Amino acid sequence: MSDKSTLLQGPLKVINIGLESFARDLDAQGVQTLHVDWTPPAGGDAKLAALLAKLGS
Amino acid sequence: MELIEKANQAALERLLTGDPVLIDVIPAHEAIPALEPGMILHAGPPIEWDRMCGPMKGAIMGIAVLEGWADDLGDAERRARAGDFDFHPNHHFDAVGPMTGMTTVSQPLLVVENKTFGNRAYCAINEGLGKVMRFGGNDAEVLDRLRWLKDSFGPALGRAIRSMGGLPLKPIIARGLSMGDEMHQRNVACSGLTLRALAPALADTADDTAELSRALAFIAGNDQFFLNIAMGLGKAITDPMNGIEGCSIVTAMSRNGTDFGIRVSGTSEQWFTAPVEMPDGLYFPGYSEKDANPDMGDSAIVETIGLGGFAMGASPAVAGFVGAGAASEAGHFTRRMGEITVTENAEWTIPAMDYLGVPTGIDIRLVVETGLAPTINTGIAHREPGIGQVGAGVVRAPMPCFTQALTTFADTLGVS
Repeated sequence: MSDKSTLLQGPLKVINIGLESFARDLDAQGVQTLHVDWTPPAGGDAKLAALLAKLGS
Repeated sequence: MELIEKANQAALERLLTGDPVLIDVIPAHEAIPALEPGMILHAGPPIEWDRMCGPMKGAIMGIAVLEGWADDLGDAERRARAGDFDFHPNHHFDAVGPMTGMTTVSQPLLVVENKTFGNRAYCAINEGLGKVMRFGGNDAEVLDRLRWLKDSFGPALGRAIRSMGGLPLKPIIARGLSMGDEMHQRNVACSGLTLRALAPALADTADDTAELSRALAFIAGNDQFFLNIAMGLGKAITDPMNGIEGCSIVTAMSRNGTDFGIRVSGTSEQWFTAPVEMPDGLYFPGYSEKDANPDMGDSAIVETIGLGGFAMGASPAVAGFVGAGAASEAGHFTRRMGEITVTENAEWTIPAMDYLGVPTGIDIRLVVETGLAPTINTGIAHREPGIGQVGAGVVRAPMPCFTQALTTFADTLGVS
């Protein structure tokens, strides 16, 4: 992994997880962006997520 | 949980080893002995008259006149409101029906036998396009066509199928997928293949040349003729999956125009329902979304077995027809449905997707976890009775059906 101090010195390459609008904004500014279509399990419903964990999903 | 994984594998083995064969066409009262005069089987989960949508009421009024249980449509409506008819889901009687899904004693039913397990499933004959009862049509033209299906076409088709010793259906689906069908909104190839198989037997067993000609023209003129056969196939191969303890696979998805319902193997015959959604689609000239009825029909049984919206990648043409985007995007639908299914069907593959098997075995755990609801390709009926189809589109199964099912399923396993 490169030194943090050099992170912003070259062209940015971004992996975006979650809200797609962040990726779209970066893309519009010419930033190379890969969007990962991800949402929390069960849409963030903690009770259902816990149930899923017990059911082995 | 190991119990669930084993149960799901057992269910999938039953689904994938099913051998559905179209064996006959017989009157509904012979196919379903429990069906009596005054009983009307409909699409979707249970519903009573007051909550039915316009097309469902229109079809019920029409079928009551056709069966001779009412003098006219107005009389039929009065009798329905007064409780003279008993309404039950097709699914409770080994049957399925497209859109409104009317099944009554005298209707000719396609008989699909699952040779592996010996069970049978039934579906009415597809009426063709235009004004038809499955979309709520109920005028003289609609009723006359149904009388012809009952008195002439159905018996002729039954004779032909019997003389052939039955028509194996899995190979037709396999070929249809390679010819651009997804078996819900596009059945052009499978209908043609079926006609090619049936035509010699229809000719051999015909007793009237004019009626033979009319029968051949009827099949040839209906690109959706195979849909009802595919639905009977779907019911025949999913029923043996019912009632496996610990199985989280969906065994039926169905809509009555008011409620969407699903059944899950591990919770047996219980329905999990939620209000149906409005399809997102394209409309025929002169119609728009304000004319549309919400989602309806037992036809989502084809998505339950990995076809229809799940096999969109096989049918780029249908993506345009149902307003699902560019043809090049059709494969995305299939890949996404792969995220909520347990396996791929090695016998039903999509050449344009490097022979990917259609995504099969909807797991309620995966649906709830991903938030991805099953995609269904569907016709759109006019919201008023008696008008018919006004478009086609894509609709998603409501997520509350799956969250309810998951909670109940967990209860059956003592998990909370």
